[in-house]
Amino acid sequence: MLVDAETETGPGAPETVHRRRDRLPFGGLEVLAAGLIVILVARPWLTDALAAPWLQRWTVVFVSVIVQALPFLVFGVVLSAVIAVFVPPSFFARVLPRNDALAVPVAGAAGAVLPGCECASVPVAGAFIRRGVTPAAALAFLLSAPAINPIVLISTAVAFPGRPDFVAARFGASLLAAVVMGWLWLRLGRADWLKPPARPHTEGDSKAAAFWASCRHDIMHAGGFLVVGGAAAATLNAVVPERWITAVADRPVLSVVVLALLAVVLSICSEADAFVAASLTQFSLTARLAFLVVGPMVDIKLVAMQTGVFGKSFAARFAPATFVVAVASAAIVGTVVL
Amino acid sequence: MKRQAQAVVLMLLGGAVLRTSLTDAYLRYVKEGLRPFLIAAGVALVAIAVATLYYELRERRAAHAHEHPEPKVSWLLLAPVVGLLLVAPGALGAYAADSTGTALGAWEEESDYPPLPDGDPAEIPVLDYASRAIFDEGRSIEGRRVRLTGFISRADDGTVFLTRMILSCCAADARPIKVGIEGAGTDGYADDTWVAVVGTYSPTMVRDPINNERIPFIAAETLEPVGAPVKEYE
Repeated sequence: MLVDAETETGPGAPETVHRRRDRLPFGGLEVLAAGLIVILVARPWLTDALAAPWLQRWTVVFVSVIVQALPFLVFGVVLSAVIAVFVPPSFFARVLPRNDALAVPVAGAAGAVLPGCECASVPVAGAFIRRGVTPAAALAFLLSAPAINPIVLISTAVAFPGRPDFVAARFGASLLAAVVMGWLWLRLGRADWLKPPARPHTEGDSKAAAFWASCRHDIMHAGGFLVVGGAAAATLNAVVPERWITAVADRPVLSVVVLALLAVVLSICSEADAFVAASLTQFSLTARLAFLVVGPMVDIKLVAMQTGVFGKSFAARFAPATFVVAVASAAIVGTVVL
Repeated sequence: MKRQAQAVVLMLLGGAVLRTSLTDAYLRYVKEGLRPFLIAAGVALVAIAVATLYYELRERRAAHAHEHPEPKVSWLLLAPVVGLLLVAPGALGAYAADSTGTALGAWEEESDYPPLPDGDPAEIPVLDYASRAIFDEGRSIEGRRVRLTGFISRADDGTVFLTRMILSCCAADARPIKVGIEGAGTDGYADDTWVAVVGTYSPTMVRDPINNERIPFIAAETLEPVGAPVKEYE
């Protein structure tokens, strides 16, 4: 019942892998064990080498981005395994409108019910596509879910007390950008940009085996790229001085672009970004809205994870387009509402 | 990456997360509230590792194991394991605080500040003192002695601050709250030394050169070194 592109590539592929591996006298497991022993032996030296303040700061930020994201990633991975194994494709065919152009806003609005941040929505959106949801709708969900779910909206309301219009602006601008991106994908997107959904071999296995294989597979893919993104965010967090940013605060157009870029660079979890936005008091509300609309949709760790799940040629096109649409949406909604 | 190796990596990652969240170490990186979710994530990672090993062994015995390696980038999952178990960096301190503007602006003015807690001196958070001193112009602290705990940090011009980092979510969004110390000798105190200051409200105010945000002062009576608290972020 679980059919995917890889099973159809035939039995040749796994065999070549075997042959290549047979040539090596040792496998990854031995390398791993040796590496761990080296690290354990070198530990006192390692602690000394990492004592420099800037490296300490880098390590704290790197570790904390990953520690913060892991529960959400694991939640997303388990949820996507449930979808991939236990929810039949007919379910999505039933709940989503047959018309793709209509399915996009419905899926975008459905993002409001996934309580999590961007790390959870990447594997879940991947699972939607595998279950036959039209990519445009799954992508609208991918973009809207981390921005408009109740937890994020409540934390925004807490960070901006007495400004319900700001919370509404965040909701509206994020949903607008997500739906526009979905429609753009319908018009311009090409299926071959999306890497064929990789999936572990599950044919003939029990549902339990398929469930665990899906969990393992998603964690290994998205998790590796989360580490790449965490390292990049920690680096930029440490090297971009705050002074540069505040220097542009009083230039209205430039400040929107700068805060949008800052959101990409900082890769802050969407459940926390409102508090950071609140502390950027020198900036206009519209610029801060751009920060909050762009952050959950395009940031370094998210793009790295999208690359892992959907492929390079997808991420290279999708991320810049999303950035432009999200900035435009925030600028329009901010000018009208705030 | 072979499936056996994947199981080991997942086991290490889950173990590292569990060890960090079952001790107080997780407080250096994230908020207290995340703890139950971290524990759940650690347990889930270990469960995935165990299930992977179980099916691997079973398929080996059934002799239809088809290896399906995951990409090399998965090896990077070992980086946070090394970070959490071997390096285990301490909480952010003066180095981060010196390059970031004080974050008082994130807290809107309240119209009404409740009276200080009982006690002489009253033990209050640095953020509470700073907002009462700036937004309430010290009215709710007038005539009372307070005790603040934080670490020493310094501005480029040598002004000495009692500083506390505040987190919204994780250390990536950590921002300092700075309170200037006047009236007590701070010369012997190096950056990052944890101190407790007992003092009263001071109307002195400076602006943080980094973001032009207001920094209040405390008129210190005594200043004594203390151990770092378990929860270093406010």
